[in-house]
Amino acid sequence: MSKIKEKFKELQERNEKALISYIMAGFPNEKSTISVVRGLVKGGVDIIELGFPFSDPLADGPVIQNASTISLEKGTKIDKFFSLVKKIRKETDTPLILMTYTNILYHKGYSKFIAEAKKAGIDGFILPDMSIEESEDYLKAAKNNADTIFLISPNTSKTRIAKIAKASSGFLYLVAVYGTTGVKTGIKNYTLDAIKNVKNQTKGKIPVSVGFGVSTPEDVKKYIKAGADGVIVGSAYLKLIEKTSQSKLESKIALFTKSLKCQTVHKK
Amino acid sequence: MKYPKNGRFGEFGGKYIPETLVPAIEELEENYLKFKNDKNFKKELDYYLKVYAGRPTPLYYAKNLSEKLGGGKIYLKREDLLHGGAHKINNTLGQALLAKKMNKKRIIAETGAGQHGVATAMACAALGMKAEVYMGYKDTIRQKLNVFRMNLLGSKVHPVKSGSKTLKDAINEAIRDWITNVENTYYLLGSAVGPHPYPVMVRDFQSVIGNEIKSQMKKLNKTPDSIIACVGGGSNAIGTFYPLVDSNAEIIGVEAAGHGLKSKKHSATLSAGSKGVLHGMMTYLLQDKEGQITETHSISAGLDYPGVGPEHSYLKDTKRVKYHSATDTEVIDAFLMLTRTEGIIPALESAHAIAEAIKVAKKSKKSESIVVTLSGRGDKDVEEVQNYLSKNVKN
Ligand SMILES: Cc1ncc(COP(=O)(O)O)c(C=O)c1O
Repeated sequence: MSKIKEKFKELQERNEKALISYIMAGFPNEKSTISVVRGLVKGGVDIIELGFPFSDPLADGPVIQNASTISLEKGTKIDKFFSLVKKIRKETDTPLILMTYTNILYHKGYSKFIAEAKKAGIDGFILPDMSIEESEDYLKAAKNNADTIFLISPNTSKTRIAKIAKASSGFLYLVAVYGTTGVKTGIKNYTLDAIKNVKNQTKGKIPVSVGFGVSTPEDVKKYIKAGADGVIVGSAYLKLIEKTSQSKLESKIALFTKSLKCQTVHKK
Repeated sequence: MKYPKNGRFGEFGGKYIPETLVPAIEELEENYLKFKNDKNFKKELDYYLKVYAGRPTPLYYAKNLSEKLGGGKIYLKREDLLHGGAHKINNTLGQALLAKKMNKKRIIAETGAGQHGVATAMACAALGMKAEVYMGYKDTIRQKLNVFRMNLLGSKVHPVKSGSKTLKDAINEAIRDWITNVENTYYLLGSAVGPHPYPVMVRDFQSVIGNEIKSQMKKLNKTPDSIIACVGGGSNAIGTFYPLVDSNAEIIGVEAAGHGLKSKKHSATLSAGSKGVLHGMMTYLLQDKEGQITETHSISAGLDYPGVGPEHSYLKDTKRVKYHSATDTEVIDAFLMLTRTEGIIPALESAHAIAEAIKVAKKSKKSESIVVTLSGRGDKDVEEVQNYLSKNVKN
C-alpha cells in the first residue's frame, strides 16, 4: 500500500480528515524550505505537496507564479530538488507529493523522472495540465511506483469523473472554484454540491480532497463539513512564508498548520 | 491530415489542459464540427471574408524583384491587403462568428505583435461583440500603435507582466482568464497552436490562403515549384501549405533566426527546438535541459514564440515541409529590397518569407514559380526598422 493510501486509512481509523499543505520548493530558498517542512510536521500536517517550479505555470494564480519565478531565479534544478527531498525524508515519514507541470516530467522521460523521484522519496504526482486523454504513458510509468493524483472540477461530467477516478490513486483532487490557484472567492454552493456529488459517485473507493483558494481554518471547516476527505492549502502558506523572517519560519508555520489541522479532527 | 484523430498529428498535438477547461474544449469541438459544414455558416463567413475583409487577395507577380534576382518568378500572395493588414482576419472572422453561434458573450484573445488583437477587435466590432486582449508588456511597448488601435475598436488590452512579458505569457494569462470565466467566455486563439481543436480549426479558417493560391496558379496555367511562408505559431504557413501539401512543390516554412541559431537569441522552434508540452499541445519547443521554456528573440514580435503549431512539428518529422530560418539582418535586407523594388512594405514577419524567397530565387531556373505568402503589411514596423537602421548604420 502506498504511503498516501496508508495515511488516509490511518486518518479514517482516527476519525480525522487530511490536511495537505502545498509549498514551493526553493521559495524563497532551500534553507527556508527545510524550516517550513519542520513547521508543517510540528503543526500536524498529514501530507506535504512540494511544488517544483515551471516557467509557464498556467493553472496558477499570482502567488504561486511569483514563488515559481523566485525559485527558478534561485537556481532550483531537478537534481537539487531531489536532494532536498532526500533531506526531508531523513526528517519525516510524511507522504510527499510532487506538483509540477507535464513538460518537466516529459522532458526527462516519464519513467526516468518518476524512478528518480521515487528513489528520493516522492510518493505521488499532481500535474494540473495532464488530462486523462493524454495520460497513457505517464500512467504506465507511474504504475507500482507512485500515486497519480488527477484533478476534477465542479464542471466535470459524471462519465469523466468515473474515468478520472479509475486512473487516480492516492486521492482525487477536487478543484474548488473556477479559477487558478490562490484566488479567494468565498465558499460557493456549487463547490459544496460538487463535493457531495463526487463523494456519492465514488462511494468511498478513493478519498476526495478539495483545493484552490482554501486558506483559513473556517474554509477547512466548511469543506470538511460538506464531506471532503481532505483539504489542500497552498497560496496561504506561500503568503505567510513571504512575510516571515527565516528565524520565525518554523514556529509560525507550525502555528498556522495547527490552526488548520484542528478543523480536520472530528469533535462530535 | 484531414481531421486529426484524438487531436493528434502523428505524436504531436493533443489536449494537455486543466480539467476545468475540458467541458469548454468539448463544447468548442462539437460546435466547430457542426458549423464547419453548415451551409448558412459558410455563406455568412464567405460574405464577411469577401466584402468586409477583402477576399480573394491578389496573387501578384513581383516582376522587378524576380528580374533583379535573375531566377524563378516570385508570386506574392497579398494577405497584406486584407482589412487590418494581415492574414489574421481570416481566422478571427471565422472564430468570432462561431462564438456568436455558440451564444458566447465574452471574447478573450492573446496577441503578440498586436495583429491578432486588432483583427479580433475588428471582427468583434463588426459582429457586435466585445473583446478583451492579453498582450505581453514588452509587446505593448514595441507595438504601441496596435494597442491604441485595439482601444479605438472598443477592445480592452491587458498588459501581461509575468514571465518574459511576450506572447507566451499573454497566452498563459488568457488561459488563466478562460479557466476563471469558463462558463461565459470564448477564447479566440490567434494561431494554429494550443489544445485540439484549435490547431485544426485555425488551419481550416486560414486554408482560404492556400486554396486561392491553387486556383490562381491554375488560372495562370502554372503549378508552384516552391511555396514559402513565415512561421510563428504557424497559422499563415499552415493555411498556405495544407491545401498544397499533396502537390509536388517544395514547401518551406521560415522561422526567425534572430541573432543566429547559435546565439540563443532566436525563435526558431523547429530548427533548433526539442519535443515538449506547452499551452495544451505536444510540439517542438525552445527549452533548456530541464524542460523550462526559454526566452526567445525576434525582430518581429509576431514570431517571438517558443512553440509552434503541432501540425508543423508533424510536417517537419515526416519531412514533407522544410523549415529554414532567416536572421534579423537578412530580414531587414529583404524588407528593404521588397520595399524598393516593388513598392510593397512587408510586415517584418512576412519579410522572413521574402528573405527565403530571395535565396530560393537566386538558385532557381527562370521557368520556376515561387509562391510566397506575404502575411501582412509593414506599416506597424516602420519605427522598428528605423531604430534598427539607425543602430546598425548602413544604407
Ligand atoms: C503579419 C504576420 N505574419 C505572421 C505572423 C505569425 O503568426 P503565424 O505564424 O500564426 O502566421 C504574425 C503574428 O502576429 C503576423 O502579424
